[in-house]
Amino acid sequence: MSALRRPVALGMPGRRADVGHAPGGPALAGGASSPLRGEETFPRAAKRELAKPQLRANLAHATSTIRAKRAAVVGEVPDWEALRDAGAAMKAEAMQRLPELLEELERAVTARGGVVHWARDADEANAIVADLVRATGAREVVKVKSMATQEIGLNEYLDEAGIEALETDLAELIVQLAGDTPSHILVPAIHRSRTEIREIFLEHMAGVDPELTDEPRLLAMAARAYLRERFLRAEVAVSGANFAIAETGTLAVVESEGNGRMCLTLPRTLITVMGIEKVLPRAQDLEVYLQLLPRSSTGERMNPYTSMWTGVTPGDGPQEFHLVLLDNGRTAALADEVGRAALHCIRCSACLNVCPVYERTGGHAYGSVYPGPIGAILTPLLTGAVDHDDPNSSLPYASTLCGACYDVCPVKIDIPSILVHLRTRGVDAGRGGVPAPEAVAMKAAGVVMGSPTAFRAAEAASRAVRVLARDGAVSRLPWPGSLWTASRDLPAPPKEPFRAWWARERGASAAEGGK
Amino acid sequence: MTAQASPDGVPDDARSVVLARVRAALAGSTGGGTGPSFDHAAPGAPPDAGPFAAGDALPGAPAGPGYLTADDEWETGTTGEALLALLTDRVVDYRATVTRARTAEVPAQLVRLLAGAGRVVVPAGLDPDWVDALRSAGTTVLVDGPDAPLTLADLDSAGAVVTGSRLAVAETGTIVLDGSPDQGRRAVSLVPDHHVCVVRGADVVRGLPAAMARLDVTRPLTWISGPSATSDIELSRVEGVHGPRRLEVVLVVDDDAPGQR
Repeated sequence: MSALRRPVALGMPGRRADVGHAPGGPALAGGASSPLRGEETFPRAAKRELAKPQLRANLAHATSTIRAKRAAVVGEVPDWEALRDAGAAMKAEAMQRLPELLEELERAVTARGGVVHWARDADEANAIVADLVRATGAREVVKVKSMATQEIGLNEYLDEAGIEALETDLAELIVQLAGDTPSHILVPAIHRSRTEIREIFLEHMAGVDPELTDEPRLLAMAARAYLRERFLRAEVAVSGANFAIAETGTLAVVESEGNGRMCLTLPRTLITVMGIEKVLPRAQDLEVYLQLLPRSSTGERMNPYTSMWTGVTPGDGPQEFHLVLLDNGRTAALADEVGRAALHCIRCSACLNVCPVYERTGGHAYGSVYPGPIGAILTPLLTGAVDHDDPNSSLPYASTLCGACYDVCPVKIDIPSILVHLRTRGVDAGRGGVPAPEAVAMKAAGVVMGSPTAFRAAEAASRAVRVLARDGAVSRLPWPGSLWTASRDLPAPPKEPFRAWWARERGASAAEGGK
Repeated sequence: MTAQASPDGVPDDARSVVLARVRAALAGSTGGGTGPSFDHAAPGAPPDAGPFAAGDALPGAPAGPGYLTADDEWETGTTGEALLALLTDRVVDYRATVTRARTAEVPAQLVRLLAGAGRVVVPAGLDPDWVDALRSAGTTVLVDGPDAPLTLADLDSAGAVVTGSRLAVAETGTIVLDGSPDQGRRAVSLVPDHHVCVVRGADVVRGLPAAMARLDVTRPLTWISGPSATSDIELSRVEGVHGPRRLEVVLVVDDDAPGQR
């Protein structure tokens, strides 16, 4: 679809190319299509996803469940707003002190027997992990759910290197077995109903009981049985990290199922891939985040299991520990003074669950492993997407700016303001050259509104449109008005323009009162 | 880590490049990479981080970082039966069980809870009276210690595990293990399907700040809130996945004022 046929959709300036990335164009950070970038713009992808009624039903059910749970457990915390303020302030401090904190973390981890690696981008991180796994001689690794390793496409990379990466989180396992992609930060299989999950298990899970029903408890038991032996024989595990403490070198992983404990405890070698923004100055900071995260995320007072480890503990847990510190666009996000607050995100996914756009389109429409409101800012910031040809530059428009995401964010990221900032950044980058149809229309409107005579003529002309109205709205205008009505209704113009009504009803007295 | 220099003399190893990018990103902004520290003990509110002034939400809050800290009346004023009842309520809410016992009753209580459990794993530092009671009741006890660690197959074959605990957080129903000799290495409380965990009344605090003040985070810590669970199917909680599917807490309370600190 060319830009001319739809200059405006969701209030978003038209794309010059709507599918993929023009070959020979500027190099895109993260690759033309990657875990951080889909093939098409948000409006196109959203249109496709909205045509799936089962998806919408699954999402509405799941998000309304979690919204109610979150509201209940947040409501019982007397100092919730003060905790949010503290969480935001400590993240802001960590960003300001990032260089020294990273060096302090490196020293502390090293002193406790860990090995720290640095990776500029996804390729470098993937190569480090693959080399570390090869050095152990293992051909398979067990994985704890981790957004950082999703973001760099680690599983696919290891697969090409002949190493099998087995996801052990239930939702990640569902996605992996189905050959699907995640659609939610916390619950990657949120787009699947229990019935669909049963079908995926029956089709793809080796040795599953053919009598399996769709009762969630039995589905969880099937996953337990399937993974048990793999945990017990695993030699290498790969994880992410929710928090890292600079002063002590402590890493923390927050989870529910016990798959995290299995991976972090049983194998001989543990490799943790962590974005550089996850570092916190002090252990005491955890007293705030461990209150904010579980209640915002799964709507529980506390998640079932949190593991903390510092380097290597002789006789307890992995005896070889590697920490990979990942940039992959984080420093680009940090350089944006408005956008950098997106790096405060603790990946709770509360903003997804309250977003009216996410609830309808689901996560796949965003084309990135980070969907929803936080994804709409984080993805373009990480990939530096300002070019109109980049599908990620459409993401800041995937919002009504209603502000629900800001209200629930446990670290008070002002997502609506950053969305507007990124829209501005995109429009500014696109200035110059042939004016877009939207710019021409705005210019014309400026001329008409600047002249009383022209405005009166326009008012009179608008009345002609009334013949097309049904139930107070115009759903179909002839070209070029069809460009607007293709994506939304136009309210029917009134029978009489305001100025005519005013002149008729109050013209004389208004003139007197004005004296 | 060895820094390699590019031909123009600027180090171009990943570490140097990432740190240089971070410094460059912060260079133009206030603070320039050496911002102020958040002080958990500072008087007054934390630095304003948004349109709502910090501390606004909590009228009458004492001096401090704005939220309820370990020194707050909210924490120190909750003791005794109220504290233990809160812990019990929150643990039971996760579908774990809580039973109370005086110190002298713990051995008999463990025997009752572990009747029919099969082989039982205990860490080497567990109270010998408890272990003797289990043995006397005919239970096969597998002892895991630094000098003679059990194999994973041993742990997997056991029906249950008994451990002590470092502390418990009443507000969230959380028990923390820190790898002390009565709690053992992390694998022992993970692999067996039934975990009986003994919590002393004096080790119960109300909230997270008081818990953090008592913990040494450089020890391997496991925070446990109920049996393993998942919300991955339609975001509804289901208990029992990879970790122990049964968690039973024995709360040890003697007459001398439970929860006093």
